[in-house]
Amino acid sequence: MTIKTIKQHLADLKHGQVSSVELTSDYLARIASSELNAFISVNPETALAAAKHADEERAAGSDKPLLGLPIAHKDIFCIDGTRTTCGSKILENFTAPYTATVVNRLSDAGTISLGKTNMDEFAMGSSNENSYFGDVLNPWGNEVSRVPGGSSGGSAAAVAGQLVPASTGTDTGGSIRQPAAFCGLTGVKPSYGRCSRYGMIAFASSLDQAAPVTHTAEDAALLLNSMTGFDKRDSTSVEIENEDFTRDLNTPLDGLKIGLPKEFFGEGLDDEIAQRVADAIKVYESLGASVVDVSLPNAKLALAAYYVIAPAEASSNLARFDGVRYGYRTEHYDDLGQMYARTRSEGFGEEVKRRIMIGTYALSSGYYDAYYAKAQKVRRLISNDFDSLFQQVDVLIGPTTPTTAFTHGSRSDDPVAMYLNDIYTIPVNLAGLPAASIQCGLSSNGLPIGLQLITPYLQESRLLKVAHQFQLETDWHTLTAPSLEVA
Amino acid sequence: MTLDSKTVHTIARLSQLNIDDGEVDRYCQELSNILSLVEQMEQCDTTDIEPMTHPFDASLRLRSDEVTETNQREKFQAIAPQAERGLYLVPKVID
Amino acid sequence: MFSWDKHWEVVIGLEVHAQLQTQSKIFSGSSIAYGAEPNTQTSAVDIALPGVLPVMNHEAVRLAVRFGLAVDAHINRTNVFARKNYFYPDLPKGYQISQMALPIVGAGTLDIETEDGTKQIGITRAHLEEDAGKSLHEDFQNETGIDLNRAGTPLLEIVSEPDMRSPSEAVAYLRKLHALVRYIEICDGNMQEGSFRCDANVSVRPRGQQELGTRTELKNINSFRFVERAIEYEIERQIDILEDGGEIVQETRLYDADNHETRSMRSKEEAHDYRYFPDPDLPPMVLEDSFIEEIRARLPELPEAKRSRFETDYDLNASDAELLTSERETADYFERVAAASDSDNKTIANWMTGELFANLNKSELSIEESPIRSAQLAELLDRLADDTLSGKTAKQVFAALWNQEGSVDEIIDSKGLKQITDTGAIETIVDEVIANCPDQVQQFKDGNDKVIGFLVGQVMQKSQGKANPQIANQLLKEKMK
Repeated sequence: MTIKTIKQHLADLKHGQVSSVELTSDYLARIASSELNAFISVNPETALAAAKHADEERAAGSDKPLLGLPIAHKDIFCIDGTRTTCGSKILENFTAPYTATVVNRLSDAGTISLGKTNMDEFAMGSSNENSYFGDVLNPWGNEVSRVPGGSSGGSAAAVAGQLVPASTGTDTGGSIRQPAAFCGLTGVKPSYGRCSRYGMIAFASSLDQAAPVTHTAEDAALLLNSMTGFDKRDSTSVEIENEDFTRDLNTPLDGLKIGLPKEFFGEGLDDEIAQRVADAIKVYESLGASVVDVSLPNAKLALAAYYVIAPAEASSNLARFDGVRYGYRTEHYDDLGQMYARTRSEGFGEEVKRRIMIGTYALSSGYYDAYYAKAQKVRRLISNDFDSLFQQVDVLIGPTTPTTAFTHGSRSDDPVAMYLNDIYTIPVNLAGLPAASIQCGLSSNGLPIGLQLITPYLQESRLLKVAHQFQLETDWHTLTAPSLEVA
Repeated sequence: MTLDSKTVHTIARLSQLNIDDGEVDRYCQELSNILSLVEQMEQCDTTDIEPMTHPFDASLRLRSDEVTETNQREKFQAIAPQAERGLYLVPKVID
Repeated sequence: MFSWDKHWEVVIGLEVHAQLQTQSKIFSGSSIAYGAEPNTQTSAVDIALPGVLPVMNHEAVRLAVRFGLAVDAHINRTNVFARKNYFYPDLPKGYQISQMALPIVGAGTLDIETEDGTKQIGITRAHLEEDAGKSLHEDFQNETGIDLNRAGTPLLEIVSEPDMRSPSEAVAYLRKLHALVRYIEICDGNMQEGSFRCDANVSVRPRGQQELGTRTELKNINSFRFVERAIEYEIERQIDILEDGGEIVQETRLYDADNHETRSMRSKEEAHDYRYFPDPDLPPMVLEDSFIEEIRARLPELPEAKRSRFETDYDLNASDAELLTSERETADYFERVAAASDSDNKTIANWMTGELFANLNKSELSIEESPIRSAQLAELLDRLADDTLSGKTAKQVFAALWNQEGSVDEIIDSKGLKQITDTGAIETIVDEVIANCPDQVQQFKDGNDKVIGFLVGQVMQKSQGKANPQIANQLLKEKMK
C-alpha cells in the first residue's frame, strides 16, 4: 500500500477520477473495519450527505480549495449537533450546540468530516492511554502493541492507518508533533494565535494551538491555508492577512542557516534517533544549508515551567465541568458539595485529576510566586533564548522525541517518566513558535523517527519550505506501516 | 517539596475532587514527584525578569458594544442534566 | 449620638459594585436588559460551554475610564484581567474574570459633606469584572434554580480607603458616589434591581490607637438606610465583644434587614482561596493617551464644578446650589426652568427645593418621573412673575398641575385664578374692608404698621386670593392716610 496525499486526492476529485461520495465511502469503509480505535465517533450519514453536496457543488463549478476532501477532527473541536467528548467520561454524552471556528473554516473550504478522533483526555497525555474511550494502536506497532503518541494519538493513527487522508489535532506541549513522529507523519504546530481557539476545548489557554497531521508538508500547507486566519471571537487570535503557505515550498534552501541546539542532543536521547537526525542534517547540507551548533541554555527548565503553567491554566479551564449546565452529573448526591465533587471525581480520569491538583496547588495562596510567577519568568527566558538564536539562524533542527513509540503500559505508572517524552517539543509551545515534525528514518526495529524543525514566530512558510524540500529529497514520508502491507 | 496528606486534602477540596483515604498516599507521592520536577526552576535566576503570560506581545482587542446574540435557551438547556421552567437546577444551596 | 463615640473609633471602607450602562455583556454579545425570562439572554460564552472565549466590550472600558477621570484617579495605561477561581452554581466558568494586580482605575478621591465640613475620602481603586448569575431559592422544593441572564453583566467595583469614621459618613460617601455614577452616566444607580450594590468593611479601635482593629465584611446592604443600620448594628456588636474581652473574627457577615442583625457566613469564607492569575484568554489591555484624552474631553460637568457654577452664574446660595446639583437630573431640570422662565433664579430654587421636592418625596418619585415637567414649572413661575398669579394661587395651580389637570393657563382659566391687578376692582374691595374693620384701621392710624398684614389678608380673602397683594397693600395705605 502506498500513501495518498491530499494533493493527489484533490487532483483526482478535480479531474473527475473519483467523486467525493466514492472517496468518502471508501474511507468510511476502512474506518468501519479498522481495529486501531482511532475514532471516538464516526458520522457516516452526515459525511455522505456532505460529500454528495460537495459533488453537486463541484458540478456547479465551485472552486473551493478542499472541496470534497474527507478529513477527521480531533474530538476536542466542538461541532454543532455532534458528540464532542474530549476523550473524557465527563463529556461522554455531550452534544455540542455550536461549532469551532477551525471546523467551520475547513467546512467552508469544502472538507467532509468523517468523524472525531480519539485523544488523551482533555489533551493531557503523550500516549493516548489517558482516553476514557480506550487505547489507540499505532499502525507501526507490529508484533507488540505500541502507542501512537498523544494527545492527538487518534488523529495520527487514523492518518498513518490510512483511515483518512488528514486530520486536525492540537498541540499544547507536543501533542501533534510527538504522535506525528511516532506514526511517521508530518505534524505542524502553527504559531500561537494563527488558528482560532474558539470552539476548541481549552486545556492550557496560553499554549494550545490547532494543528494538522498529514503525510506531507505540502498537505499541511494546504490544510493550514484554510485552518488559520483571524477570528474576532478569540482575543488571542493574531490579526494579520491570510497567507498562502504553499507559496515558498519550492524555493531552494541555498544559504539556509540551520542551528542545532545542543540541549536537544543530550542525555536521554536514543542513539538511533541521534543518528537519523545527523543523517537528515547531511541531507540539508547537500541542499545548500549551513549548520551551526547553538544553545538554548534555559530549555532544560522548559518541562518544569510547563508542568506549572499548563496544569495551572487547566485547573481553572476545567472548573466549568461541574454537572450544572451540560455534561456528566453523578447519580447519587445529597447536596451541592457532593454533587460537584462526585461529578468531577467520577467524570475525570487520573491524569486529569493529577494535573488539576498540581495546578490548584501552584496557584494557591502562598505558593503563587514560587511556582506560577516563577514559571512565567522562566518562560520569558526560554522565549528570549529562541529570539536571540533566530538572530543567527533561520531554523532550529533536532529530534522530536527522545525515543520511538513505546509499548502500551510501559510508562503509564510513572507520570514524570511519561512527561519526559515532550522534553524537546515543550520549549516551542512556551515561546509560541511554529514547529513541525517530519519523518527522517526508521529505527532498527522498524519504528518511525521524527525530525523537529522550528522557525521564528509567524514564519510558517519558511518552516513548511524546509520540511517540503527534505521530502522532495527523501522518501521516508512515503513509507507505510507494515501492518497495512499485510492488509 | 513533599506534599502531606493534609495539603492533598486541601487541594482536593479547592478542586472539588474527592480523594478516598486509600488514594491519599498515592496522590502525595505522585504530586510530590511532579513538584520535584517543577522545582528544578529554583536553579534559575529570574531576578528582574518580567513574567510572560502571553506568547506574544499583543494588547487586548475590544469589540463594539452591540447585542449580537439571540435566545438559544431551548437548544442549550436540551443538554442540561437538570433544567425546569427555564432554570438550571442544582441541589438546594444554603447560604 | 451613640455611646461608642467616646471610647471607640470606627473605621469603615466601602466596596461598591456599579453595573455599567452598556448594551451588551462585558465579554459576549448578549443583552443585559433587566427583567428578561430566565436564561434567555445567555450565549454560549455566558453559559461557559467548553471551548468558548471572552472578547472585551469597548464601551465598558470607556465607562470605567470615565469614572476614573471623574474621581481624579490614575488610569493604568496597562491593566490586566485575572481569574478569580471558586465554585458556585451561578458562576458558570468556575471563575470570575476580574482585575487584581493591575486594575484599570488606580487611586483617586471623592469629597463628601459632613457635619464638620468637607472631607476627602480616598478611592483605592476601581476595577472591571463580570457579574455572576442569580440563584433562585424559592421556586423549587429541594432545588435551587439558576438564571444566568445577569452572568457577564459588566461591573465596576469601586473600593474606598478605610477613611470613614461613622455610619453617616459611610452613607454620605455612598450617596455621593451614587450621584456621581449617575452624573457621568456610567450606571443607572437602581439599587432595587441591583445595579448599585454595596459591601462594607467595618472595624473599631480604641481612640488614639494607630493600628486598625480586625474587620468584618458586611454583605447584602443594598439601600442607603440599610447601610447605615447594618453598620450601626455591626459597630455595636464588635464593641460589645471587645468590651467583654473577646476578639473580633475576620469574616464575611450577611445583613438581615428583617431582623436587623448581621450573621456570619464563616463556613463559606474558610473554603476560599481564589487563586488569582492573569487570564490567558485576554492579553493585557493597553490604553493610548489619545483614547483617555478623548474621554476626558467628553466628560460631563462634575457635581463640584456644577455647584460652584450654580452659585456664581445663578447667584444661588451654597445650600440651594448643593441641593440642586446633588443629582444631575435635578440640576438639568433647574437649568431648563431657568432658561425658559423670566422668573428670578432664587424663586425657581425655592419652588424646586420646596414645593416640588416635597411632592416628589411624598410620592416617592424621582425628578425624572415628576408629573410637572420643567416647561410647566417655568410657565407657572412666569405667571407668578407677571402677577397673573399670587403666591397662594400659584400653589393651587401647582397642585392642579401635579394632578395633571391641564396646562398652566387652562388651570388658571378653569379655576378662575387670574389675579386681579385692575386697581379699580381692588379699590372696591379695599373700601369694603376699611368699612368693615374700623378697629384695625384705627390701630393703623395710631401707628401700628403691622396691622396692615391683617387688612391685606382680608382683601385677599374677599377676592378669593386673586387680588394682587402689593396693589392691595398700596391702596390700603393710601386710603388710611
